[in-house]
Amino acid sequence: MKKYLRTKILVYVLTFIFAVTIDWLIPRLMPGNPILVLVSRFSGLPESARVMYSYLTKAFGLDQPLWKQYFNFWIAFLKGDLGISIYLYPKPVLDVLKSALPYSLGILLPSILASWFAGNSIGALAARRRRLDSILLPIMYFINGAPYLWLGIILAYYFGVVLRWFPIAGAYSFGLRPHLSWLFVGNFLKHWILPFLSLFIVQLGGWAIGMRNMVIYELESNYSRFLETLGVKNSLIRKYAFRNAILPQITGLALQLGTVIAGQVTTEVVFSYPGIGYILTQAILNQDYFLIQGCFIFIIIGVLIANFTVDLVYVALDPRIRYSYGGEIS
Amino acid sequence: MLEVRNLKLYYRTLRGYVRAVDDVTFQVRDGELLGLAGESGCGKSTLGNGLVLLKPPMNFVGGEVQLDGEKLPIEDYERMRDYRFKKVSIIPQYAMDALNPTRKIGRYIEEILESRGINFESVRETLIERLRLVNLPERVLRMYPIELSGGMKQRMVMVISTLLNPSLLIADEVTSALDVSTQKAVCLMIRNFKELGIVKSIIFITHDISVLYQIADRIMIMYAGKIAEVGKTAQIIQNPLHPYTKMLLTSLPEVGVRYTERMLSGIPGQPPQLLEPPKGCRFKERCPLRDKVCDKDPPLVEIEEDHVAYCWKVKPNA
Repeated sequence: MKKYLRTKILVYVLTFIFAVTIDWLIPRLMPGNPILVLVSRFSGLPESARVMYSYLTKAFGLDQPLWKQYFNFWIAFLKGDLGISIYLYPKPVLDVLKSALPYSLGILLPSILASWFAGNSIGALAARRRRLDSILLPIMYFINGAPYLWLGIILAYYFGVVLRWFPIAGAYSFGLRPHLSWLFVGNFLKHWILPFLSLFIVQLGGWAIGMRNMVIYELESNYSRFLETLGVKNSLIRKYAFRNAILPQITGLALQLGTVIAGQVTTEVVFSYPGIGYILTQAILNQDYFLIQGCFIFIIIGVLIANFTVDLVYVALDPRIRYSYGGEIS
Repeated sequence: MLEVRNLKLYYRTLRGYVRAVDDVTFQVRDGELLGLAGESGCGKSTLGNGLVLLKPPMNFVGGEVQLDGEKLPIEDYERMRDYRFKKVSIIPQYAMDALNPTRKIGRYIEEILESRGINFESVRETLIERLRLVNLPERVLRMYPIELSGGMKQRMVMVISTLLNPSLLIADEVTSALDVSTQKAVCLMIRNFKELGIVKSIIFITHDISVLYQIADRIMIMYAGKIAEVGKTAQIIQNPLHPYTKMLLTSLPEVGVRYTERMLSGIPGQPPQLLEPPKGCRFKERCPLRDKVCDKDPPLVEIEEDHVAYCWKVKPNA
C-alpha cells in the first residue's frame, strides 16, 4: 500500500509540474500583447500611453527574458501568489478565481455525480430487461452523440426563451446580492438548474451505455455461469456482476473529468455563468497571461485531485490492483 | 444412479438446429465413475453441461433424465435450480476463472450458501475437512482468487462443487489445462470424492482416453452427437469393437515404440457437421468397413454384459 501511494504521488507531482509548465508557456506563445490591450483601455495621450506601457510591462515582469519569467513564476507560485490579473487590473488572480470557484464546483460536482449514478443505474437496468433495453439504448446513443454546444443552446432556448421557465444568464438576478435567504437560494437554484441539467444530460448517455455493456459482459462471464450451475438466486449473480462492472466505470470517471471540465467552459459561456470556465474565456479574449495561467492551474489541480481520489477508491474496491502493487491485499 | 433416455440437446442457430446430443441413452450406477470420451465437438461437454445448466442457445428437444429414481427437470431452468449444487454439480472446464475475482473465497462460499438457504456455520467443518482433502490450507478462505495458483483455484472449485454432497458430479475436461504432473493428482482426488462417499457417481468428461484408463470404471465413447460404444474400462481398452473406438485407440502412442520409424496412424477425414448430419451411421464417411447397410441407423449390439456398441458390423459374442 505504501509503495502504491509513493508511486502514485510521484507520478502526480511530475504530471503537475509538466502540466503547469505547458500552461505557463502557451499563453506566452500567443500573438499580441496583453499590456497593449490594457493601455488602450486608458486611451490617453500617445505620450503618456508609452510611459504607461513601459511601466506596466516592467511591473508585470514581462520585460525579462522568458527563462527568468518562468523561474519568477514558480517562486511566486510556491509563495501562493498567482500574480495580478491584467484584464481585471488590479485584482489579484487568486481573488478572482476564489470568487468564481464555488459556482463552477456547484455545477460540476452535482452533475458529474448525479449523471454517473443515474447513468449506471439506467445501464444496469437496461442490461437485464431486453425490452427496456431496445428503447433505452437508442435514446442513450442519441444523447451521447449530441454535440454539447447544440444541446446547451436548445435547452436555453426552449426552457429559457420559449417557455420562460428559467432565466438564461448569470448565477442569480442582477438585483440581488449573495446572502442567505429563501429568496436568494430560490433565485440561485432557478439559475442553476439549466446549466446543471445540460451537463447532466450530456454525460448520462456515455455512462448508461458503458454500464449496460459491462453488466452484460459480466453476466456472460465464467464466474456468473458457475454461480448458475450452483443454483444460487439471480439476485446474487446480479450483485456480483454489478460490483465488477462498476470498476471500469470508476476508471472512466477519472478519464471523463478532463472532458467534463472542457464541457464546463462551454456551459458557462452558453449560460453566462460566472464560474472558472467563463473567467477563462474572458482571460483568453483579453490575453491575460496570469489569469489564463491561474484558471488552468485550478483546473489541473482539480483533475489531479479527482484522479487521485479515484485511484484510492479503486484500490479499496479491487483486490487485483492491490495485488499488482505487490503484497498485502487483505 | 443416473438414467438418461433418448436425450436430445440441440443448439439453435440461424441456419437451423445443430444436433450436438442426439438420442443418447445411458446410465451411471451408484459408486461408478463413467468416463466420457470423444473428439472436440462430439457433444460430450454439451451432454455434461446440459444435465446441470440447460439454457439457450442449448435447447431441450426430447428425452428423460432420472436421478436416484426421481425425474430431473433439466428442461425447466427454474425448477432445476433446487437440484443444482445439492443433487447435481459440475466442475466446469473454466474452473480457473470460475470464482468471483473481487470476493474473498470464504465470504464467497458464505454468500453462495446463504443464497441457497444454508447456514455457513453448519458446513464450516465439512469445508475445512474438504480443503485438507485436496491439500489446500485453511487460509485460502481469507484470500482472493488472484492469490491462488491455477491448480489451487481448480481444487477450490472442486471443493465448492462437492460441498453439499451431490449425488452426481460432472467433471468437464478438468485435466485439459493442467500439465501432466498435476493431472494425475487431480484425477485421483476426483476419484477419491467417490470412494469416500462424498458423491455417489461421477461423469468424467475428457478427450484423453489414457486418463480414463487410469480412473474410470466404465467408458462411453461419443462420436458426432451419438454414442459409439459403452463398456467397462477393460472391455473398451482391450477389446474395442466399434471401428471408431478401434481407430481412436490405435492412434494413441504406445510405450516402447519409436514413432520415427512408424508414424502414428490417426483417423483420416473430419467428423461430419451436425447441422444436417448424414443419414444412418455418422461415422460411415471415415469408416473402412463402410457398407450399404450403414446408410440406415446403426443397431444397438450387446457384445457381452455391459459392453454395447452402435454399429452394423459388430457381432455379439454368442
